[in-house]
Amino acid sequence: MVSKIISDEENPISASSTKPAGEQYNKEVGDKNKSYTYAAPEKEKVKVKVKLSEEKINRIKEICELFNNDPGELINVLHQTQQAFGYLPAEVQEVIAHSLNISAAHVYGVVTFYSYFTMVPKGRFPISICTGTACYVRGAEKVLEEFKRQLKLNVGETTEDGKFSLSCLRCVGACGLAPVVLVGEKVYGRVSPDGVKAILEAYKEQ
Amino acid sequence: MIKLKIDNKVVEVKKGTTILHAARTAGIEIPTLCHFQLHDMDIENKPGGCRICVVDVQGRKNLAPACATEAMEGMEINTHNIRVLNARRTVLKLIISDHPFDCLVCAKSGSCELQSLATKFGIRDIPYQGEKSAYRKDTSPSIIRDMDKCIMCRRCEMMCNEVQTVGALSAINRGFKAVVAPAFEMDLEKSPCTYCGQCVSVCPTGALTEVDHSNNVLRALADPSKTVVIQTAPAVRAALGEEFGLEPGTSVTGKMVAALRRLGFKYVFDTDFSADLTIMEEGTELLDRLTRHLSGDQDVKLPMLTSCCPGWVNFFEYNFPDMLDIPSTAKSPQQMFGAIAKTYFADKIGVDRKNLTVVSVMPCLAKKYECQRDEFKVNGNPDVDFSISTRELAQFIKQANIDFMDLPDEDFDHPLGESTGAGVIFANTGGVIEAACRTAYEVYTGKVLEKVEFEELRGMEGIRSATIDFDGLPLNIGIAHGLANARTLLNDIRAGKSKFHAIEIMACPGGCIGGGGQPFHHGHSEILKKRAAAIYNEDKGKTIRKSHENPSIIKLYDEFLGKPCGHKSHELLHTSYFDKSSEVDIHHD
Repeated sequence: MVSKIISDEENPISASSTKPAGEQYNKEVGDKNKSYTYAAPEKEKVKVKVKLSEEKINRIKEICELFNNDPGELINVLHQTQQAFGYLPAEVQEVIAHSLNISAAHVYGVVTFYSYFTMVPKGRFPISICTGTACYVRGAEKVLEEFKRQLKLNVGETTEDGKFSLSCLRCVGACGLAPVVLVGEKVYGRVSPDGVKAILEAYKEQ
Repeated sequence: MIKLKIDNKVVEVKKGTTILHAARTAGIEIPTLCHFQLHDMDIENKPGGCRICVVDVQGRKNLAPACATEAMEGMEINTHNIRVLNARRTVLKLIISDHPFDCLVCAKSGSCELQSLATKFGIRDIPYQGEKSAYRKDTSPSIIRDMDKCIMCRRCEMMCNEVQTVGALSAINRGFKAVVAPAFEMDLEKSPCTYCGQCVSVCPTGALTEVDHSNNVLRALADPSKTVVIQTAPAVRAALGEEFGLEPGTSVTGKMVAALRRLGFKYVFDTDFSADLTIMEEGTELLDRLTRHLSGDQDVKLPMLTSCCPGWVNFFEYNFPDMLDIPSTAKSPQQMFGAIAKTYFADKIGVDRKNLTVVSVMPCLAKKYECQRDEFKVNGNPDVDFSISTRELAQFIKQANIDFMDLPDEDFDHPLGESTGAGVIFANTGGVIEAACRTAYEVYTGKVLEKVEFEELRGMEGIRSATIDFDGLPLNIGIAHGLANARTLLNDIRAGKSKFHAIEIMACPGGCIGGGGQPFHHGHSEILKKRAAAIYNEDKGKTIRKSHENPSIIKLYDEFLGKPCGHKSHELLHTSYFDKSSEVDIHHD
């Protein structure tokens, strides 16, 4: 396991801002020279050690207190924290564990169990490909392959410029439009591998 | 009470009993894999995950997992019809389909519960082909994790979190990728793991095993420049026999000594000796703290906690770094032995410490880590070179073609092999504090202790307390075994609520007799009780039963150490503790 320390200034988490999490970290770590790469989950994981500021620790503690530091509310706490920070790096999980008086291993167990929770920052435009039954039989896998090829990403990764991230999900309730792709909150229906380029183009200028 | 029929046998059990337990009351043994229980200790793991224990309940559509299904009035259950047997075989084949086929070279071979089940069910082929798990192996100073062999029974998770409250292990990921791992999949060495080894002692397969040092020991024995001495922990003699088919609770002290001699150890010594030494130091420290407390010294820290157990030491260093001045500074018996062997004894026989190899046989996995700690080394040379477990010793004896059962009873060598009954009972929960009381009473009151057995300190309850009358001074004693119980007492101290003067803590349920390095008990808690009884019997059979009356100890102080807690003792027999809480600075409230 490789460990890399990044300073607080580079820290993509900002508790104070009200902007969507995606926007902050792209502005802050968008620079390609700041190597902020993540290996595919299957490969050896590169762990980025984030030193949290007092302010951020307090923000996490506030969230925990909202739920009375009840260990039974762990999932709600994780939801809110991810909403605030965009993702749940190890150090954030440790603060949560400490506040709720449970082990960090337990928090990590829950974070890794649910696909919604992520330990790596999502892109400014998170792309999700539905691989539910209906989308799958109508060619979602080919669409996914095309996204992977064009973005040079694996599922669970984010582009180096922080613009796009790739994930899969199961059913958004729009099976009539299968195969379905989500970019942020926008839904694209009947997507074919040929249509992938056009979707990406629309965001490249933004 | 409710009535039901299991395999046509009428069974009457309390409401709330599981089918598994109901069957066991009727003498019907349903096979299990993930289920684990230590009776009387409130330890039970029944995630209902493996489905080996499924049974056919009449009127129910699917098969029911016996360990997680409540027995109901009027139920009619069949535990071995063809439907049940086929289901069990299929389940087993599915589990094995993602298990390495390296039984021949697996450390757990012979004690593996998955292997036994495969044998029992006559599994001859695995029709399910496909992907296999491939996780990195993780080696710590004491424990090896090989998650390819994990069957997700989650016994280790239960031990680590509920029984020990260490919180090093948790189930992570989901589906095929699910394993048990420390937070963020960090190395066990960097996690809060205390190396108590309870996860190893309950793991049904070879997913969690100990670090094996027997080859290092063999190499030292074969090296003509080395003088190899061995010390044996009190708990080993009460369990080693189990590995040779003896009834649990058979004490094999004499045969063990004979075997060690035949293995080539130049001197066969006893950790019981240094347990006596520990009492001299720890007891003196307790009396010193107590007298200062009674004379109104506000700075003195009470209660004093015992510090013999390395798992426990790791636990408080990680979880209670604000209270490092509370435990006794006395080293554990293993380390005291090493320190004396490599100074006093090395001088006596005229061997340089570099050429003296000290090996220990311990019921413990944390001892492997303890002897590697930097503070127990002199210029890089450790006081104790290698620590092997009871299981490793048994293996070692078998390899050397020694017919253990045929061995005569032999005695330990002198001077570091002479011990008292007080040293022996260190193996049991409550034993260290009982041994301390025997000596402290006589030193404090100046009177002879007529009845050396403190029954009130014995037993298997997780937290016990007793007040011992020190000739008018009521001494409040607390005892905890299992780290969850220790945590309860520690939290009380932190909150200023503790009324105890002294507390004994052992990390493993039952004390060292239930240590992570002992022969596997496979959940039979009566084995632990029998081992404890064997230890108390051994104590009874000793002519000298108080540590301060051990002639070799008296001589050691006369010739070498001076007085307990004196200058030389402090240098050799006492230690200090370190803050091991997370390096990430998040623990500020």
